[in-house]
Amino acid sequence: MGLGQFYEMRPRPGIRIGRPRTGQWDCLDEPAVRAKLLDFADERCAKVSLHLPAIHCAACVWLLENLFRLHTGVGESRVNFARREVNITFRPAQLKLSELAALLTSLGYEPVLTLGELDRPAGEKDASRRLHQRQWLQIGVAGFAFGNIMLLALPGYLGLDRLSKDWFQALAGGLSLALAAPVVIYSAADYWRAAWFSLRQRALTLDVPIAIGLAAIYGQSFFEIVSGRGEGYCDSLAGLIFFLLCGRLFQRKTFDRLAFDRDYKGFFPLAVTRRKPAQPAIPRPGPPEHGAAEESVAISQIVVGDRLLIRHGELVPADARLVCGDALVDYSFVTGESAPVSRRVADLLHAGGRQMGGAIEVETLKPVSESYLTSLWNNEAFRKQRDDDLNSQTNRYSRRFTVTVIGVALAAAVFWLFVDASVALKAFTSVLIVACPCALALAAPLTLGTAQRRLAGQKAFLRNAQVVERMAEVDTVVFDKTGTLTTSRGQAKWRGEALTPSEELGLRSVAAHSAHPLASRIHQALGVNASSPPVLKFVETAGAGMEGRVQGREFLIGSGAWLRSRAVETRVEQAPHDNGSVVHVAIDGRHRGYFELESALRAEVESLIASLRGRYQLVLLSGDQAREAGRFRVLLGSGARVEFNQSPFDKLEVIRQLQAAGRRVMMVGDGLNDAGALRQSEVGVAVVESVGTFSPASDVILDAQHLNRLDAVLAFSRCAAHVVRAGFGVSGLYNVVGVSIAAAGLLSPLVCAVLMPLSSATVVLLVVGTTRWMARRCLEGRRPARESGAGPVGDDGIIPMGLSAKRGCP
Amino acid sequence: MSVLVLLIFASLVVATMFLSCFIWAVRSGQYEDTSTPPLRILLEEPRGPQAGTNCKTEQNNKT
Repeated sequence: MGLGQFYEMRPRPGIRIGRPRTGQWDCLDEPAVRAKLLDFADERCAKVSLHLPAIHCAACVWLLENLFRLHTGVGESRVNFARREVNITFRPAQLKLSELAALLTSLGYEPVLTLGELDRPAGEKDASRRLHQRQWLQIGVAGFAFGNIMLLALPGYLGLDRLSKDWFQALAGGLSLALAAPVVIYSAADYWRAAWFSLRQRALTLDVPIAIGLAAIYGQSFFEIVSGRGEGYCDSLAGLIFFLLCGRLFQRKTFDRLAFDRDYKGFFPLAVTRRKPAQPAIPRPGPPEHGAAEESVAISQIVVGDRLLIRHGELVPADARLVCGDALVDYSFVTGESAPVSRRVADLLHAGGRQMGGAIEVETLKPVSESYLTSLWNNEAFRKQRDDDLNSQTNRYSRRFTVTVIGVALAAAVFWLFVDASVALKAFTSVLIVACPCALALAAPLTLGTAQRRLAGQKAFLRNAQVVERMAEVDTVVFDKTGTLTTSRGQAKWRGEALTPSEELGLRSVAAHSAHPLASRIHQALGVNASSPPVLKFVETAGAGMEGRVQGREFLIGSGAWLRSRAVETRVEQAPHDNGSVVHVAIDGRHRGYFELESALRAEVESLIASLRGRYQLVLLSGDQAREAGRFRVLLGSGARVEFNQSPFDKLEVIRQLQAAGRRVMMVGDGLNDAGALRQSEVGVAVVESVGTFSPASDVILDAQHLNRLDAVLAFSRCAAHVVRAGFGVSGLYNVVGVSIAAAGLLSPLVCAVLMPLSSATVVLLVVGTTRWMARRCLEGRRPARESGAGPVGDDGIIPMGLSAKRGCP
Repeated sequence: MSVLVLLIFASLVVATMFLSCFIWAVRSGQYEDTSTPPLRILLEEPRGPQAGTNCKTEQNNKT
């Protein structure tokens, strides 16, 4: 059965998706925006690739690739599942880009278009595509040459060459040299370039001995074959490069679905609603009028003085002044402060805040790029290129290695010059050939690559494999509080006189009328009930409280100060707790008690902290008020440093101080307010509620439900670093044996052809086997705090077919 | 023994053919997306109209 019948068999499959707002995508038709988004355009047809995070199963692929059935303007559409991307060809005369976006939105696949999309340098996608293709082509060429040269070399190894004549040897040698040439020039090109680069930087990376070895092998082979003295080492050369390239491909595992490089532009929407000029400029209270002239404009086109309409849940894109409406702004993403703040008309709103509640109108004061939040990205931490990879364990080891090898080679050459000058050159090149660190170069990538894959199974996604090495060296762990250690889904506890069921019901009805997050938590705490009595005379005072009449009784819900201002006696002495927010309740003018709304710790954070406490210096940096300082001082223990009221800049500075004191810091955070600290630290870990959602630039993306396993992740990375060291040790032993043979002037192509693959194979088996075993021991012993709701999702997030309908396929 | 020469060149020609097939496969983008094609074989319907054919050839000429 094909999926074509899916909708016929299930008349009402899946869930209903909201319709797009009219004009939501209008800005896509602006010539400047359109030109940036389209991959190709002429009068007859246009191509665009859109990011659709909602893609999650085979049926999504089917639906999106059959878009042409829904609209005649759509031509071919191709889905890239791993990237959650669709490439669509369409006829612009019949279908505008905005209409295409609206069509996708109505199907449930809302394209995510952010400011970052527009500022991406042209050709970036093409460049990475070409790089990817080049990697495969290099391996193909090396593998082709390796196989054929091996075929030509076999008669020699089996002693059959004695049967043949000299011309056969010359032919085989010449062909081998010819086949090896493209391998050396094309397949190994990256090693030459990297070696040259690291020499210019005066740093001896592992690429230098590799390049020296390759040059020595090809030079020696050329000399031997042309002078007719032997058959050369071309088979070892091609094999070496082939295996090195395979190891590199293995290490270069990327998670297409995740973006590790987002700056604030990835968070800001592409467009906002601007009110057309010629509006009365007098500030006035009350909600902004609807239906007035509105247009959707790209954020990049906002100028100072523009009037913007911000709806519930939308971001304030630039520093702005509130013109009308009641602003209740959630800055948790910017500052880490968990409670939303209310702002009055003429107050300043910082960029990055999220409006909760009704629509507001603001007037921009600064361009988007100069706002308070975005200025964090002008910090030097974001400008300097990270160079710590040059100081990694591998490169420290390779520095010593290179110096030793060149020393031994020179010593052998000098020794043989005095004993037997004819062997001197051979001994010199032989040492370089044997010491060519194939096994060494494979040990680190394979261990770290395996570790990276194992960690991905535990929902910890690493930007690249080197992060494992950096993680192993961490000695200080810095936590953010809001969103990282705590969630906003905490309990609301009632303290005070017991309420009757009808009072609870009334309270619930009043709370349901407010969009304030605290009110909605109280609403949830009072349980889900089908019938809720109507509320009369509901009045909400922004930032203070709300009141309403239910079944003839008057309910007041709000802060203590507001209740006192309404002449209600609150017994303040009953509210000594300073952890979390407190919301008081009065019924019929009498104070009845209060709700205590804690910010709840994530599951098993206590045990995580306890197991980290011994080994790591712990630091807590919160942008929040110091309400909960006491609770967290106890949680983190006496040795920990706990700082509240930290601005994004303060956090960055604290990390820098720790590093100046010689600490290697891991920062665990979640919001844009941690972006600077995540960037400055050695390892930045972004905690996300669901993988694939937006997260600030970081080295590791960790699923929030697996946060409790951070200690296991750290322990595993230390194990992996040990495995790399063991791999170095084993390949070092092989090198000692090989170099001894070579320095004695006894190296033959056969010895080389056996020793090289043998050493590589043992090292590869050893490190991969050990890493997998360690992973089972360290990572898979404990289960995550909660089973994730997604169900049986594969490694790449692919859901088995039969389950797709349950997830609500649109 | 001279028949070996023939065999060697014949095997080289065959291997070169395979190499060029591989190069064509990489160039045509078959190694870029390895997760969608396995899902696509589940779909039985004939593929949609190749409306973008003109578009594609022109773009290929451009790049």
